[in-house]
Amino acid sequence: MSTMTLEARDLTVSRGGVPVLEGLSFRLDPGQVLVLRGPNGSGKTTLLRTLAGLQPPMAGEVSLPPEAIAYGAHADGLKSTLTVAENLRFWARVHGVHDIEPALDRLNLQALRQRAAQNLSAGQKRRLGLARLLVTGRAIWLLDEPTVSLDRASVALFADVVRAHISAGGAALIATHIDLGLETEIFDVTPFKADPNAPSRTPTPFDEAFA
Amino acid sequence: MIALLARDLALAIRAGGGFGLGLAFYLIVSTLVPFAVGPEAAVLARIAPGILWVGALLACLLSLDRIFQLDFEDGSLDLLATAPIPMEGTVAVKALAHWLTTSLPLVIAAPIFGALMNMPAPGYWWIFVTLLIGTPALSMIGAFGAALTVGLKRGGLLLSLLVLPLYIPTLIFGAEAATRGIGGFENTTPLLLLAGITAASVALLPFAASAALRINLR
Repeated sequence: MSTMTLEARDLTVSRGGVPVLEGLSFRLDPGQVLVLRGPNGSGKTTLLRTLAGLQPPMAGEVSLPPEAIAYGAHADGLKSTLTVAENLRFWARVHGVHDIEPALDRLNLQALRQRAAQNLSAGQKRRLGLARLLVTGRAIWLLDEPTVSLDRASVALFADVVRAHISAGGAALIATHIDLGLETEIFDVTPFKADPNAPSRTPTPFDEAFA
Repeated sequence: MIALLARDLALAIRAGGGFGLGLAFYLIVSTLVPFAVGPEAAVLARIAPGILWVGALLACLLSLDRIFQLDFEDGSLDLLATAPIPMEGTVAVKALAHWLTTSLPLVIAAPIFGALMNMPAPGYWWIFVTLLIGTPALSMIGAFGAALTVGLKRGGLLLSLLVLPLYIPTLIFGAEAATRGIGGFENTTPLLLLAGITAASVALLPFAASAALRINLR
């Protein structure tokens, strides 16, 4: 499992052509949970999107095994007219997984499986979004505020899911403000905040799209 | 990718999926033209293939912004971008789903609507064939335009302006092939050019569209 390590070296991430975090270096090994901390707007989401490959880093490099990332964003990617089971089965099939029952069991969604996603509460939608992680079969989870709108019991449920995932050799990088009750390391991004007004940092609007 | 196609088709026929919107628009165009032009059978028969082509093109245009916008808004597009499906495959499948749910019903309905405009008998066959060959290009070019404008709120106007010029060659050759076919003339050349546009669009535009999507996801 040594190949399943996520490593960032001297990483600078940018949003809209303006650097938000710079000089980030860290490792995420199998079996490790790293919690990202930092005030709102400090660039946690941008960092996670960069690591997930949704945007290129401005400088530095990310090394990670191919197809190892499961990204959990603010939005859960649910289709409101599909049922819980249909939504989950879609993501399972996209990732080549056939059995959605364990994921439904683990996040306590069995009773809701035939309900359309538009009739779910915010917390239930979130649980379905987290169930998606289980059907990706991916080792490294990048989670952006995964516990938003979850009640205390669901947070405990989610913590159990993460615990099971890391004991199976997975890893997770979680941006969250609450204590999950896990053996975690805290990674505070605040010291890496980039100075957007540095003279060398004038954004270059022309080649932004082609960078 | 089959899962993505199945999901898009399921979404289209569920409530609010927009299935039938293009078809209803097409029916409205086809029934209104005789009222506006007048009931002269000879005039209607002459303009029928052109009207059917323009109507199909506009009906196709109507639903383009839905191709990626809904997935962008609910976060599915981000998740699809990190999924094992290549982005080019996602684009191609979504264009195919658009063709199956929007364009194919138009292709099938066109001969029937042609009857409303007193189209001569050979026209039923030729309008069907030319639309069948030409509409995949309309869906694929539309998917490219939708990928370019996906991040924009109310991007529909810009999308139409971007896509319409690209639709013109398909319209010219499609309507020309249908008109010539109805008149009993040789129409191999416009048919081949129409097929060529479709083949080139389907082969090249998934790459361009996926590049546009990646930029818009940043």
